[in-house]
Amino acid sequence: MSCYKGKYADELIANAAYIGTPGKGILAADESTGTIGKRLASINVENVETNRRALRELLFTAPGVLQYLSGVILFEETLYQKTAAGKPFVDVLKEGGVLPGIKVDKGTVELAGTNGETTTQGLDGLAQRCQQYYKAGARFAKWRAVLNIGANEPSQLSINENANGLARYAIICQENGLVPIVEPEILVDGSHDINKCADVTERVLAVVYKALNDHHVLLEGTLLKPNMVTPGSDAPKVAPEVVAEHTVRALQRTMPPAVPAVVFLSGGQSEEEATLNLNAMNKLKTKKPWTLSFSFGRALQQSTLKAWAGKDENIKKAQDALLTRCKANSEATLGTYQGASALSEGASESLHVKDYKY
Amino acid sequence: MSSFKGKYADELIANAAYIATPGKGILAADESTGTIGKRLASINVENVEANRRGLRELLFTAPGVLQYLSGVILFEETLYQKTAAGKPFVDVLKEGGVLPGIKVDKGTVELAGTNVETTTQGLDGLAQRCQQYYNAGARFAKWRAVLKIGPNEPSQLAINENANGLARYAIICQENGLVPIVEPEILVDGSHDINKCADVTERVLAAVYKALNDHHVLLEGTLLKPNMVTPGSDSAKVAPEVIAEHTVRALQRTMPAAVPAVVFLSGGQSEEEATLNLNAMNKLKTKKPWTLSFSFGRALQQSTLKAWAGKDENIKKAQDALLTRCKANSEATLGTYQGSGILSEGASESLHVKDYKY
Repeated sequence: MSCYKGKYADELIANAAYIGTPGKGILAADESTGTIGKRLASINVENVETNRRALRELLFTAPGVLQYLSGVILFEETLYQKTAAGKPFVDVLKEGGVLPGIKVDKGTVELAGTNGETTTQGLDGLAQRCQQYYKAGARFAKWRAVLNIGANEPSQLSINENANGLARYAIICQENGLVPIVEPEILVDGSHDINKCADVTERVLAVVYKALNDHHVLLEGTLLKPNMVTPGSDAPKVAPEVVAEHTVRALQRTMPPAVPAVVFLSGGQSEEEATLNLNAMNKLKTKKPWTLSFSFGRALQQSTLKAWAGKDENIKKAQDALLTRCKANSEATLGTYQGASALSEGASESLHVKDYKY
Repeated sequence: MSSFKGKYADELIANAAYIATPGKGILAADESTGTIGKRLASINVENVEANRRGLRELLFTAPGVLQYLSGVILFEETLYQKTAAGKPFVDVLKEGGVLPGIKVDKGTVELAGTNVETTTQGLDGLAQRCQQYYNAGARFAKWRAVLKIGPNEPSQLAINENANGLARYAIICQENGLVPIVEPEILVDGSHDINKCADVTERVLAAVYKALNDHHVLLEGTLLKPNMVTPGSDSAKVAPEVIAEHTVRALQRTMPAAVPAVVFLSGGQSEEEATLNLNAMNKLKTKKPWTLSFSFGRALQQSTLKAWAGKDENIKKAQDALLTRCKANSEATLGTYQGSGILSEGASESLHVKDYKY
């Protein structure tokens, strides 16, 4: 048997296609407790459950925002939380035409004998967890594999191990009704140029898609969440058109057309950078048999977070900031974004954190 | 380095794109001396050089035919032959806007420990041979790998060995200016159904494209020559639309968009069958970021051969038959073929030969 044909096949294909709707994208709100704590700390808000709940309520109930989203990725705690009025978040999302998603990996661990390279854990009992998440309303999942570029990195071991982990995760999700977002993030850290990033990205994606084929994953029921192809964080920046050209070419060389959509990670780019790069890709006149959209965390929430600062009286201002970024990225998926004349505070701020873990 | 960026890169990309011109396709006229002998024997013509030359002159000078072709694959002997009037065949083709191609493999040998599975030889001195062929006017090459479907076939060994051979051949061609046509033929022999063929085709193509990536092949400067996805020769036939759906889906799941075109082999289908199947693929409304065209040998020449029967007085009739099939297949690449009202003798004759070697 070449690929999954089980009971969820049609539903997986339909949900993956829905997430790939042009004009929509994903809000990645799946920061683990530790990571969201850092975000809250940056605006002097205490990392307690009520504050984590309140932040997510601010995001999910922001007027006008859900129309620009096809999915929201949640952390496990959030999947079971409700609005202050008692409405489950998953219902808020579903009523807004947004599919709830769930982060299912359990973070990275180091690979012995490598120079700090990692693999991702989370396969143990994953089938049962997926079933529970499906019952709770989740319809897609996310698993982040991390690679880095260095003198001898990524190593063949790291590429193989991470690709295999992604493939095992993906087929288990599909067997249990969740569309797997496949995320092989190649960190932007380093002084390498864009061509090096392109070479590594193409090599990694080729391995990933071979692994998915080996494990009988139904490509029409998956999504890819890759890094954009850019220079390293310590190298000079290039224009969005250059990022677009290299990124789309890398996908043309490795990603089968059966995959319905790519939802890029923002990986430390500022809000505006990420939007401009996505926009440039969608303006490019070349073969693109998949939707090119977003799955942004920091690049959707930065201005919102700063505007909120943890104060109720700022909620409306914060929600307006989120709406601005969602609308901008929606336009970017259509190649119609005109650029922001007056950027919110934080919109052009680099969100790069060296060797990012979350 | 992820893919070939040598001195021929731009030329390879341009030539591959030219071969992908909608409305055109490839005439596979590269039968080895032994194989063309069988064809000539079937019409009672002696297998001598003059007759082999006479047949190819008939094909290449047929009025109106070259406009429907972007390439012709030649056997080595033919590359250096001329018309009776003394004009080199490569010049006849070039003046007609047709790229000359060259078969570079040296046939198959059995893999020990398998159930008569094979690999293809021809890598020794291939670089030098490609240079000579390029100097003689060739601009693309062909290498046929052969796999079969059985209870335990194709084995992982056969898939890996043939995929690796194709990748080595491909990069050597590119280093020497020839666009490699990558041909992983899965024989139609057997009683399996179309789903089995689809599964095997997807598995094989995934292995092939992984190997091409591993060997740094520039996909934009290659072409694929696969089998269509069909039931086995001993199995019940299905409609062209079914073949189209399974074939295109297999390509969607495995072939990156960077490849400019697919030029299908006819593999024993009758002339009319092959044309109808190709036409159905081009009518299909689905993602197809590559041209779908033909590289037919038997399915372009059968009627022509029968009409010629080795007699000069039949040349015009034979050339008309070739024109009919070329025009039909040209229309099939555009999805506009209406079917033939009156088929030439031989057009609906199955051309299947069990365990075909050529």
